[in-house]
Amino acid sequence: MPGWKKPSENSVLGKPTPRLDGPDKATGRAKYAYDINLPGLLHGMILRSPHAHAEIESIDASAAEKMPGVKAVIITAKAGDRMRFQGQEIGAVAAETIERAEDAIRAIKVRYKVLPHVVHESVAMKPGAPVVRNNDQTNLSEPNRTERGNVTAGFAAAKTISEGSYGCEVRTHLPLETHGVTCRWDGPDKLTCWASTQGVFSVRDELANALGIQPASNVTVITEVMGGGFGSKFGAGYEGVICARLAKAANAPVKLMLTRYEEQLAVGNERSGHMKIRIGADAEGKITAMEATIHGSGGIAGAGVPFPYIYPVENVKVEQRSVYMHTGPSRAWRAPGHTVASFLMECALEDLAIKAGIDPLELRLKNDPTPMRQKQWREGARLIGWERRNPRPGQGPLAGNGRYRRGLGCGAAIWGGGGGPGSQCRVTINRDGTVLVEIGVQDIGTGTRTYCGMIAAEELGIPLKSVRASIGKTYLGYGVPSGGSVTTASTAPAVKRAAEAAKKSLLEQVAPQMGVSPDDLECAGGKVFSRTDPAKSVSFKEACARLGMEGAVGNGTWARELQQSGVAGAQFAEVSVDIETGHVKVLKIVALQDGGVILNPLTFKSQINGGVIMGIGMALFEDRHMCQITGRMVNPNMEFYQIPGTMEMPEFVSVPFENPDATGVTGIGEPPVIPTAAAIRNAVLNATGAYVNTAPITPARVLQALADARRRG
Amino acid sequence: MSEEKNDRLESSNGDVSRRQFLKGLGGGIAVTGVLATATETETEAHPAPEPASASAVQRLRGKVRVRLNINGQEMTALVEPRTTLLNTLRDHLDLTGAKKVCDRGSCGCCTVLVNDKPVYSCMMLAVDAQGKKITTVEGLGTPEKMSPVQEAFVEHDALMCGFCTPGFVVSCTALLQKNRNPSLEDVKKACSGNVCRCGTYPHIFEAALAAAKKMRGA
Ligand code: FES
Ligand code: FES
Repeated sequence: MPGWKKPSENSVLGKPTPRLDGPDKATGRAKYAYDINLPGLLHGMILRSPHAHAEIESIDASAAEKMPGVKAVIITAKAGDRMRFQGQEIGAVAAETIERAEDAIRAIKVRYKVLPHVVHESVAMKPGAPVVRNNDQTNLSEPNRTERGNVTAGFAAAKTISEGSYGCEVRTHLPLETHGVTCRWDGPDKLTCWASTQGVFSVRDELANALGIQPASNVTVITEVMGGGFGSKFGAGYEGVICARLAKAANAPVKLMLTRYEEQLAVGNERSGHMKIRIGADAEGKITAMEATIHGSGGIAGAGVPFPYIYPVENVKVEQRSVYMHTGPSRAWRAPGHTVASFLMECALEDLAIKAGIDPLELRLKNDPTPMRQKQWREGARLIGWERRNPRPGQGPLAGNGRYRRGLGCGAAIWGGGGGPGSQCRVTINRDGTVLVEIGVQDIGTGTRTYCGMIAAEELGIPLKSVRASIGKTYLGYGVPSGGSVTTASTAPAVKRAAEAAKKSLLEQVAPQMGVSPDDLECAGGKVFSRTDPAKSVSFKEACARLGMEGAVGNGTWARELQQSGVAGAQFAEVSVDIETGHVKVLKIVALQDGGVILNPLTFKSQINGGVIMGIGMALFEDRHMCQITGRMVNPNMEFYQIPGTMEMPEFVSVPFENPDATGVTGIGEPPVIPTAAAIRNAVLNATGAYVNTAPITPARVLQALADARRRG
Repeated sequence: MSEEKNDRLESSNGDVSRRQFLKGLGGGIAVTGVLATATETETEAHPAPEPASASAVQRLRGKVRVRLNINGQEMTALVEPRTTLLNTLRDHLDLTGAKKVCDRGSCGCCTVLVNDKPVYSCMMLAVDAQGKKITTVEGLGTPEKMSPVQEAFVEHDALMCGFCTPGFVVSCTALLQKNRNPSLEDVKKACSGNVCRCGTYPHIFEAALAAAKKMRGA
């Protein structure tokens, strides 16, 4: 079976191509789950525990049920139930307007016995702290150990040993479209659900299972477009199931989208990670040993990060524990655990290099065995002007000695991004010359719909505008959930194989009429022609007109040889630090990212930018603040949970890094988010000599680290 | 209210048209949201004369019928005095281009033009929007006939998931209406009240500057 063509032979693939759904998105016509309006639509809302830890004594919803405009009330918790985090679900209502639903939620009377809580790691780890999980003795999980080699011998062989503590706080996903669905029953056991999800089929199966609908195909899930997920939107969730139940109880369609407040509390976050480490290197800068203990929290869920990260270390002893607290459960993330691991590892490496008196880039080159990244390190250093970097932290011409100090830093990315089986695609060539690509997979915002169309256009030698791509519906062929950057490598091969099959059917049907054998025919440049006798040529449209009633249809499934796994990536940051206020400004980010065969360089670049910007958020702003006194989140909103805005944008040099040996496609939604925060932290250190060891790098932390640096002299 | 029956119209396929929804609410473009029950009071809300004198202040209760000038059309909706312009657009008039993201003035995704100025529609009551000229993202262009800003957004891939996009399109449009030759810094400032979680900012800047250039005919 044919592979991907060389970039030089392509006429559609590999060319920067605007999204097919761009016009709908830019004009407000695109309909997200949040935008579905149906005749008689009701609005749902969920009642949640305001307490981090409490026992429900009684629930009285009778007043809510009687309120005008309230059409359904379902209470799922009962007296005696334990609430283990602020935002845990108790019940839900559906009313004629969202305002009335809010009134009804307020009218439900719940009495709680408030219990002692722990919402900070340090408090949860104290002996005698209130225990979060019923059968545990403490809030610390059993250790998860990684041990290999001989750490004692490794440290004995080290010339320099660096010790430090590093950490990252909990962050929230903050997709702009909150979690939620619009549900309509089309019969007693037939449900249509418009979902904001990164997995239409996983939502379908969860709904069918929870609602007892058989077969699952009686549930149709539709996600034409969705407003971001970042790892938090795989399932139907409480909100999906209760919305369907409300719709049934009210005998009317219901929309239930979470408020921002609920979104921040209850539907996912990224685990924290705090580490104590000893790490040693020999005279050459080669790492000889590391010993680390790490703890982190995913609230009532577990934590853990891949460590050691990226750089192979022979002699290792790592011990990790989860700390359980009365906060909402963590979920997958854009590169779950990896951004934390990267920050911990790259900070430790940086400080080791400084202590050893080695250029931190040199130390990375010494310890990084990946040939692709070796190239990226060198190219990135050239693009950022690494030679300008301050030779010693805080000291050099780049830093200067004014109020604003400049510095450079770097960090590495890694990812799999390969695909897996399951995808079922159908390509239909119609008699009017139009082409339809159908596959159920959703587009999380990376451009799935667009490359599905591009692949068919390339294969059939026609312009993209002749192709329609229908995706995001469970009544189409199976598509994988968008997680682990697997979507493209799972989907694109199936689309290509389906397009090839449709083309084969087209050529077989028209060959006799053209008096040639199908093998001799080719589709390119909007024509179907004979390779051996170019005089025998018809337009693609004309060829289609000669098709039978059913047109030409091809099916395709995943093909391993059309995808590959394993990408590198490197990033460099230049920052300016105001040493009077502690304010950090990122001036420039150079991000190099390879990604197998690149289908659409335009959306590829968008993904690099997007990863970097989320990384800037992690580096400088994002922190879920919990109040240990009240047990509540201090910033369950967007004014105090801050993400980067336009004014924080640096100059971007985002480089889709060609991999000349690539034969398969690879997903890259995740790797570009990984190294940004560490590169920025290391640049702040290079600029000022301040060791800010916890992200986010807030002005307060910078000022503290500057004071510490001054004290050390 | 005979329209009440229409509220329960079943549609047989997965696609729901705006017309179908509005029909459910009770009519064509002069739209009436008929979710009120017959027992509730209905007040006619009038645009407040400006400046409003104390005696001109009108107390509103129950449901109010608001008349709004949106995208050059007169529309009416039956809402509550507390209903925001954003909820009115989205839930009563099926103009869902403006997005509800924070619902408290900190994200910009609900931005519309009110008398040509960008306004967070979640922070304005529908009753206060009467007598003003409201333009939503839908009023700027259609997929078939996009505005220069919309076209540039598509061309430069200034959108990923697209949920923040209408807000940015409106903010950039407002900027270009008063500044034909903006600098990068001007664009950043004009959009500083909008956020994007997917991280499209660099492409938004490119798009806004390209649209400005195109509109100048350069
Ligand atoms: S929804 Fe209006 S500013 Fe966020
Ligand atoms: S494109 Fe997704 S939030 Fe901006």
